[in-house]
Amino acid sequence: MIAAVPKTSCVEIGGIPIALSTSDDRFLDLLRQRYEGFLSASPPEFELQFDLADMGPVSDDDVRVRRDGDDWLLSRGDFSARWNARTGRGSVRQNTNPYSLDSVLRILHSLILAERGGFLLHAASAVCERHAYLFSGVSGAGKTTMTRLAPPDITLLTDEISYLRPSAHGYAAFGTPFAGELAQSGENCSAPIAALFFLEQGPENRIDELPPADAVRRLMRNILFFAEDRGLVEKLLATACDFVMRVPIRRLTFYPDSRVWDTVRNFDCNYEPDSTRNFQEATEHA
Amino acid sequence: MPENCLYIARSSAIAARALAGEMMVMNSADSTFFTLNEVATAIFQAADGRTPLREIVRHRICDQFDVDPEQAQTDAEQFVTELSSHGILLVSTQPFASEAP
Repeated sequence: MIAAVPKTSCVEIGGIPIALSTSDDRFLDLLRQRYEGFLSASPPEFELQFDLADMGPVSDDDVRVRRDGDDWLLSRGDFSARWNARTGRGSVRQNTNPYSLDSVLRILHSLILAERGGFLLHAASAVCERHAYLFSGVSGAGKTTMTRLAPPDITLLTDEISYLRPSAHGYAAFGTPFAGELAQSGENCSAPIAALFFLEQGPENRIDELPPADAVRRLMRNILFFAEDRGLVEKLLATACDFVMRVPIRRLTFYPDSRVWDTVRNFDCNYEPDSTRNFQEATEHA
Repeated sequence: MPENCLYIARSSAIAARALAGEMMVMNSADSTFFTLNEVATAIFQAADGRTPLREIVRHRICDQFDVDPEQAQTDAEQFVTELSSHGILLVSTQPFASEAP
């Protein structure tokens, strides 16, 4: 019997190209459709080989990510994966469900980003006048509402999972194909982050300061991170503190109509990227 | 448990970071997150596994903050009990074998 030759597509999210290989033509078609705007000809930095199998139903409850030497072991009812952080290669067993594929990619990106000072945030993000704005909050706070209310000149990066990496002047947000209620992939582009807003709905639009510790607490609560690993948690906490020092983080109380975007634009007018921020330097605890 | 026999050490499973005068502590095992105030931070930082809690309260709290010693001891024990229940601090009636990380 001749084994089917794996075929590969390279998916580049957040500037990190990952080769996805499978011997199943239909699955290859599925992932090419799902990540259509994120297919890349760049040389892959990492590789995942997919082996399709009958697995359990999709579930968000029992995801486990743990380290075994250089390997990361990812498991949930609907997939199991092993990925070697040193070689950058790994294999995945999952069914054909695209949500399983999304979940594996999100976890892998969260591990890669944690090592590089970035993270995935449960937040909508959009580009307005060359700057990215992030909108985070508990489920129902208004992430998707903010994207639905966006005027035509706004570029949607995601309505669900924001992709954040450090850059020369702060942090940059990248578009992702990870869609939420909007069921719409973000644009494959990036922009420097002007602000992160934690959303609350109210009778009027207003922006309030958040104390740094409160900002870190809210940030940590919304970062997608699954690994049970102290070293990576330490890096993530350090990254969150750095992010809070370098990016304006505010509470945005908003009434859900299009005028909220005027409030966001006005904030942009007042924001000075090089202004000195009155935050104490984050220090590592011995 | 006699209060003067308590020793406390920071768990090896936590990550901690100081920002803007507050200590943020995260348990890597279950991702629980805590923000410690100034007094709690002083106790947390002194949790070396070898200094009795009563001594920590006397030298790190009573000497530096305007608090009643008995009340400070009671509050410290309550704080230590709470953080140990979340896996942030380890508590023992004997000094720990090695210094806390």
